Amino acid sequence: MDQALSKPGVKLWKWLRGIYRGVKAILWQLSRNKIGFLGFLIFVFFVLLGTVGPSLVPDKPTADVSLIYDPPSWTHLLGTDSQGKDILIQIVQGSTEVLELALLTGLISTFIGVTLGSLSAVIGGRLDAFLTMLADIWLTIPIFPLLAVLAALVSLNNIGLLTLVLAILSWAGLFRAIRAQVLSLKEREYVEAARALDLGYRHIFFSEILPNMMAYIAISFTFGMTSAIYAQVGLVFLGLMPMTRNWGVMINLAWGQGAIYYQNSVYFIMAPIAAIVLFQLSIVWMSRSLENMFNPRLKTG
Amino acid sequence: MKVATTLVPAPGKQSGIQRVLRQVYTNFMVRKLAKAVFTIWFVTTLTFFLIRLMPSNPVELYMNQLITTYGLTASQARDQASALFAIDLNQPMYLQYMDFLNGLVHANLGNSLLSPGQTVTGIIVAVLPWTLLSVGVGLLISFTLGILIGMYLAYKREARIEPVISGIASMLSSIPSYIIDMLLLIYLGVYWHLVPINLMRGVRSSGIAIAFTPQFIGDILFHASLPIATYVLATIGIWILSMKSSTMSTLGEDYITVARARGLSEARITTAYVGRNAMLPLVTQFLINLGFIVGGAVLIENIFVYQGVGYWLFVSLVRRDYPLMQGIFMIITISVVVSNLLADFVYGFLDPRVRVSGGG
Repeated sequence: MDQALSKPGVKLWKWLRGIYRGVKAILWQLSRNKIGFLGFLIFVFFVLLGTVGPSLVPDKPTADVSLIYDPPSWTHLLGTDSQGKDILIQIVQGSTEVLELALLTGLISTFIGVTLGSLSAVIGGRLDAFLTMLADIWLTIPIFPLLAVLAALVSLNNIGLLTLVLAILSWAGLFRAIRAQVLSLKEREYVEAARALDLGYRHIFFSEILPNMMAYIAISFTFGMTSAIYAQVGLVFLGLMPMTRNWGVMINLAWGQGAIYYQNSVYFIMAPIAAIVLFQLSIVWMSRSLENMFNPRLKTG
Repeated sequence: MKVATTLVPAPGKQSGIQRVLRQVYTNFMVRKLAKAVFTIWFVTTLTFFLIRLMPSNPVELYMNQLITTYGLTASQARDQASALFAIDLNQPMYLQYMDFLNGLVHANLGNSLLSPGQTVTGIIVAVLPWTLLSVGVGLLISFTLGILIGMYLAYKREARIEPVISGIASMLSSIPSYIIDMLLLIYLGVYWHLVPINLMRGVRSSGIAIAFTPQFIGDILFHASLPIATYVLATIGIWILSMKSSTMSTLGEDYITVARARGLSEARITTAYVGRNAMLPLVTQFLINLGFIVGGAVLIENIFVYQGVGYWLFVSLVRRDYPLMQGIFMIITISVVVSNLLADFVYGFLDPRVRVSGGG
């Protein structure tokens, strides 16, 4: 009786300990690469900004006509915009949507790429030939104009739809990388050994092949995130997406209201630009460190 | 072609035609050409069905607009829409599609909705050269510079400047291109007053005649200079970093050691052995990036008010000028496919192996 009761508890405890150890190992590996760790820290900062941030600032920045294009001060850390609204509050509130889109698109496109890529490499034959050809063609279609056309035809007005379209449009690059990787891993000795031991497809895929593709997967995940941000901000800047709260809208407004001609509006246009650049850089830096982490050959010591 | 692949008679019994077909099929350039044609067909078909079959598609929207706001009857509206989109809407769908393909082959893409009297083809012919000029020159400069700098960095790995340049390159490659050109415009034009951005708008100054005079060429380069600078800055980082790592791995190859042992001059080793082989992965990367760069032109041309295809795609989207939008989207895709094809041929020229095996 006792044993049966305590079993789930022990399992949970083991699970938690495993997760703790995994996280510790990842953090330790990340901290070995200074730039990568910096990227990771900035990324965590943006994640916090997007999740916790909006509840810490007022829901609507108040417009104040006497404070138009105010330079940074203690009350307005990043200054004010053309209506006297606080820029920092807008940056914080705009981060949620950018973050959401980046993470979701990265996840979905990685899932599609990994699934199709592995299937194609494992099954081979006609499916493989078809998917490879499709990916080849897909890679030559200019994504951004296609997105712009789609945004005009089928108003991509909610973030879920945009996420899905972005993820579906960006599968091809990852597909090629994963397919090539699985094809080469399939022939490795340790996979053949596992096959000889009759360990089953599930074991071979999840325990032998997948861990060796983590570098590709992590990098493609970050690539998916950066291209999603690129597309979203670009579409919003062009005014092809509805004006919600995100950094692209801020750039659009700043640009439209002549921020490029008035020198005192520098914070209005530079704040969202800086946020986007910093976020993109943090992702790219983090990916470099992840690459080192998952590539055992680059590990030193 | 199917004959050549599926029916493989015993050697020596092949007829002349089969042998020719087999040679054609395995020919590297023919395969690439076939792929390019297929891609163009795929994209144009996709566009056709997007425009024609989607719920609330542009053709229907336009007809509804004619009926409700201009009081036309349904058949009048359909006739007018047919004329504009260059499709006969009274015919069944597959015939419309055949007509559309026929028009495409004859470069007839219908008329612009909002620029009366102008054909879509006419507008494209007028604006495409500007995009080709700015993107082409920009990529050429950045590719050449990137390869030279990348090779230099690989050779001078110990130099103190190496991490600085690599850092800048990785930073440039991760910033979106439209942010780079906004920064260029804001700093060079507005804050530092280094370039007269008001004079640089557009693709050329109105007073200068279009002719091959030094004055005209200088003028178009003056107008294209900021877009070109943006393309260079936005892409050079990728070339530098890839060329650096590619050169570093090439330098470790056995054939380089052999070439040194044979006493070849260092200059010959650098160009013919290291450079040529290190460039190969970059050509592939060039292919993958090209669509991305051309796609970015939509944003960049808008920011600089440079009237190329990207600018016009945006204009047609905002004005809901669907025939123009369809035509411009297709021409953007076709340019990317054709440049891909060119890059494939360059690859075949650089790496004789792919020409023989037919793969790639």
